[in-house]
Amino acid sequence: MSDITKQSLSSLIKNIKEKKLSSVEITKAFIDRSEKSNELNAYITEDYSSALDKAKKFDQKPNLDLKLPGIPIAVKDLFCTKNIRTTAGSKILDNFIPTYESTITQNIWNEGAILLGKLNCDEFAMGSSNETSFYGNVQNPIDKNLVPGGSSGGSASALAGQLTPITIGTDTGGSIRQPASFTGTVGLKPTYGSCSRYGIVAFASSLDQAGPMAQNVKDCALLQEIISTYDPKDSTSINFKRNEYSKDLTNNIKGKRIGIPKEYRVEDMPKEIEELWQKGIQFVKDCGAEIVDISLPHTSYALPTYYIVAPAEASSNLARYDGVKYGFRAMGENLIDMYEKTRSEGFGAEVQRRIMIGTYVLSSGYYDAYYLKAQKVRKLIKNDFDEAYKKVDAILTPSTPSSAFKIGEKKDDPVSMYLNDIFTVPVNLAGLPGISIPAGHDDKGYPLGLQIIGKAFDEQNILNIAYAMEEKIDFKNKISDWWIK
Amino acid sequence: MSKNKPEYLINRNDNQYEVVIGLEVHAQVTSDSKLFSTASTKFGAEPNTQVSLVDAAFPGMLPVINEYCVKQAIKTGIGLKAKINKRSVFDRKNYFYADLPQGYQISQFKDPIVGEGKVILDMPEGQKEIGIERLHLEQDAGKSIHDLDPKNTFVDLNRSGVALMEIVSKPDLRSPDEVSTYIKKLRSIMRYLGTCDGNMQEGSLRADVNVSVRTKGSKDLGTRCEIKNVNSIKFMQMAIDFEANRQVDLIEEGKSIDQETRLYDTKKNETRSMRSKEDAHDYRYFPDPDLLPLEVSDQFIEKLKTEIPELPDDKKKRFIDDFNLSPYEATILVSDFETSKYFEEVITKMGKNKDIKLAVNWITGELFAILNSKNLEISQSPISAKNLAILINLIKNGTISGKIAKTIFELMMDGDKDPQKIVEEKGLKQQSDPKALEALIDKIINDNREKAIEYKQGKEKLFGFFVGQAMKVSGGKANPQLINEILKKKL
Amino acid sequence: MSIDLKTIKHISKLSRISVDEQKAQKLVGDLNSIFKFIEKLNELKTDNIEPLTSIAETTLKLRSDEVKSKDIREQVIKNSPQDNEDYFVVPKVIE
Repeated sequence: MSDITKQSLSSLIKNIKEKKLSSVEITKAFIDRSEKSNELNAYITEDYSSALDKAKKFDQKPNLDLKLPGIPIAVKDLFCTKNIRTTAGSKILDNFIPTYESTITQNIWNEGAILLGKLNCDEFAMGSSNETSFYGNVQNPIDKNLVPGGSSGGSASALAGQLTPITIGTDTGGSIRQPASFTGTVGLKPTYGSCSRYGIVAFASSLDQAGPMAQNVKDCALLQEIISTYDPKDSTSINFKRNEYSKDLTNNIKGKRIGIPKEYRVEDMPKEIEELWQKGIQFVKDCGAEIVDISLPHTSYALPTYYIVAPAEASSNLARYDGVKYGFRAMGENLIDMYEKTRSEGFGAEVQRRIMIGTYVLSSGYYDAYYLKAQKVRKLIKNDFDEAYKKVDAILTPSTPSSAFKIGEKKDDPVSMYLNDIFTVPVNLAGLPGISIPAGHDDKGYPLGLQIIGKAFDEQNILNIAYAMEEKIDFKNKISDWWIK
Repeated sequence: MSKNKPEYLINRNDNQYEVVIGLEVHAQVTSDSKLFSTASTKFGAEPNTQVSLVDAAFPGMLPVINEYCVKQAIKTGIGLKAKINKRSVFDRKNYFYADLPQGYQISQFKDPIVGEGKVILDMPEGQKEIGIERLHLEQDAGKSIHDLDPKNTFVDLNRSGVALMEIVSKPDLRSPDEVSTYIKKLRSIMRYLGTCDGNMQEGSLRADVNVSVRTKGSKDLGTRCEIKNVNSIKFMQMAIDFEANRQVDLIEEGKSIDQETRLYDTKKNETRSMRSKEDAHDYRYFPDPDLLPLEVSDQFIEKLKTEIPELPDDKKKRFIDDFNLSPYEATILVSDFETSKYFEEVITKMGKNKDIKLAVNWITGELFAILNSKNLEISQSPISAKNLAILINLIKNGTISGKIAKTIFELMMDGDKDPQKIVEEKGLKQQSDPKALEALIDKIINDNREKAIEYKQGKEKLFGFFVGQAMKVSGGKANPQLINEILKKKL
Repeated sequence: MSIDLKTIKHISKLSRISVDEQKAQKLVGDLNSIFKFIEKLNELKTDNIEPLTSIAETTLKLRSDEVKSKDIREQVIKNSPQDNEDYFVVPKVIE
């Protein structure tokens, strides 16, 4: 059975379609492995028995025309799932059971997939190491006491640890791409407006975007094709012509112009990251693409901008957690006392910190200096990309400034933690698609990722480039199953 | 505060103060579903039965705007002769309250959907123009109920998310009477447009009232206080009166007025400071990232312009021009859309040879009186326009006298009876046969010979006595004109 | 510019999160280091730049005025910490 969980999504689908494997067999295999993997702490809520029921049902009357026929999938616990507890990694939603389903998960179930459970994540997706979760740290399958990245840390860990064949995460400042990079997996943050935000617990509305995470580019393309739909229930969902990303996938990227932004060569960048980047440049050249040096002059302002815009929106988005309609409530002598205790006890330290930052930058007298200023700089950052895309078709950068770090290493220094997202944040600010693919290892054997940033709505192009590079890189993830006794 | 006094001034010692008032009217948009959700807006439902997951701010729920509400706001803007902004932005107004599930209200702060406009008031002393500063769309909050339980507050979210138009006037109002006329005019325009039912009892129309005072003749504005959420015209007037006097007292005592939010206590007839709440308020407005800027095209606006009905000011002008009404009569008839509709229906049903003056008198006289006494809207009138038209025509063509008409009118109220039938059934037709009337008068003169002689000798006052006798004997049915003629001849 | 204890207490009030002395002290340190890093934006002149209002390059779509969500009181109230089947119940509001 163990080799079932090692298979890629495409191979599982093939086996199901050829009746070599049943949904029950596959589902059981992933449940078994998940049950042996408690030490990873990837799950917040397991839904194994109902997953098995659904698999049995599927096998009784298998619809093999579906794109994910009987495939079990665990998803980030930021997606609301009907009748299944949804916590967003927070105590304040510890007992919350939605009566509705997010559009994205609904799209997945509609294609025949089966929910295995809900995956750990940073509280309200605020974090880069999964250490802010109320449900504890997540281990990186790569090595003990290594963070899986965040905020989609549980998703990345479950995927790399083969507890789920594919998964979905959300990415506000790098929350899909950074953990993908830390765990040797593929993660795509789609164009803003490509995937519906309906039913996803909001962090920062103008930056949040859900996306696929997979073992390889092809699986990632298939999942993107399924989750990306126009949704009238989300006013920011965009009605554009969507490709059949997996069908249209090609490794032919001849003549594509790939931009290399000089501003991403940051101070103190480890030598191995620089080397990885150069290796990536060589690979795309080998594929027949053209390398163009470009400038994104406002890159260094992206993180400060992000740390105004995201907390501002979060401070307002998280106002609804007040102990009145749902979730945790602390006892209070009167309404205000109840609010203050509920939010003080219900939110963790990082979430409180960000709510405070957001409240401050929006407050009377500071709005212009911070929030308005940030929205202006955000415009400049977007303009940088618009300029660059007059000359190139895509941009190649490292995904992160370092490989995965140890649990606890950066916990007490928020700024150094925030610096993790230095290469991913500009992409969210500009609303562009970006994909991280594993491209090599550092000297500790930890995976390193490269990021390909595309034009808006040009997911197909960056998937193609990633696909072509993947072939050249021939990355093998080193998973020793250290956590399985 | 009498209607004939043109200026509302407060006198203290030797000083005269003028009151400056601006209104922020919150008008509920007439629509089936809410501004950003698909829950119903119907009034009076069981608590929390008209609440969607969006209204209760469940995690991951997103607002999607109702096109009809946008159209309603633009139509209202057109009715206020205002500038329609082709691009407007929705902002979040952040504050915590039990009946505000999102922790913010979606409103329009910097870029409202409607800009400057105006409303014309017909005051006894003449017309007055009140400037409109802006109109914007926003969500209503839910309801907190404090008196059902000693320890707890109950929250009903049925109203949460219902579309409101906030209509902000310039500080152009100067008296409680102007405020009353302004609210009524605004309500009338919105009812004509069908954009707000204006029902103040159900809270469809309420206002925040900004009041300041200044020495008469001064150009500077005084420090203003905002009286929150007043929901009847009478209370607005009383609150202004109280507040203006309070401010004048402070000035006279040499004290300063704090700019603050106040609450009107209807039981004690006084305004009270809400300062305790004020301190915590910093609304942290910012554009709602769940929504995009609202953009409407010229065609969209032009199309809506074609759907605008004739509005009170235009209707009034037409009534004056076409029906020869006095401005006073026209103002009364157009002030309420249903009244104008009723009036026009009566006029149409009266056919060719119609007496419009008579129709106006009957509507503003008899009809208004019974509606008032029965506390009915004209749309609920027990007498239809059609039957009132028949009645008026019966008077006009001499079938019945005005006096008999009043009797018939009373009878018509029972089930909207056809006056023609009542005339026939009760034999109330006016006696206009000259021979019969002559005989009747001969008899009266005969019976009152002494009075007839007195009359002939010059006691002309007695003519009325004979008319009265004739009417009495005929049971009121005698045609008064003919009676007059015959009496003159015979006496 | 630096953020002092008084500011922290003010924003904790605004955001309805109670902070004790110790937590407030920690937040002073954290926020100051974060804002020091944010102040980098002051290097940029942005007087003539239009702020970004939305990253999605499209206009707001409008839905038709139809009542679709109805009679879900049970669903709406189901998750509440305190209710009486009709209403959400919260501790008394003190004005």
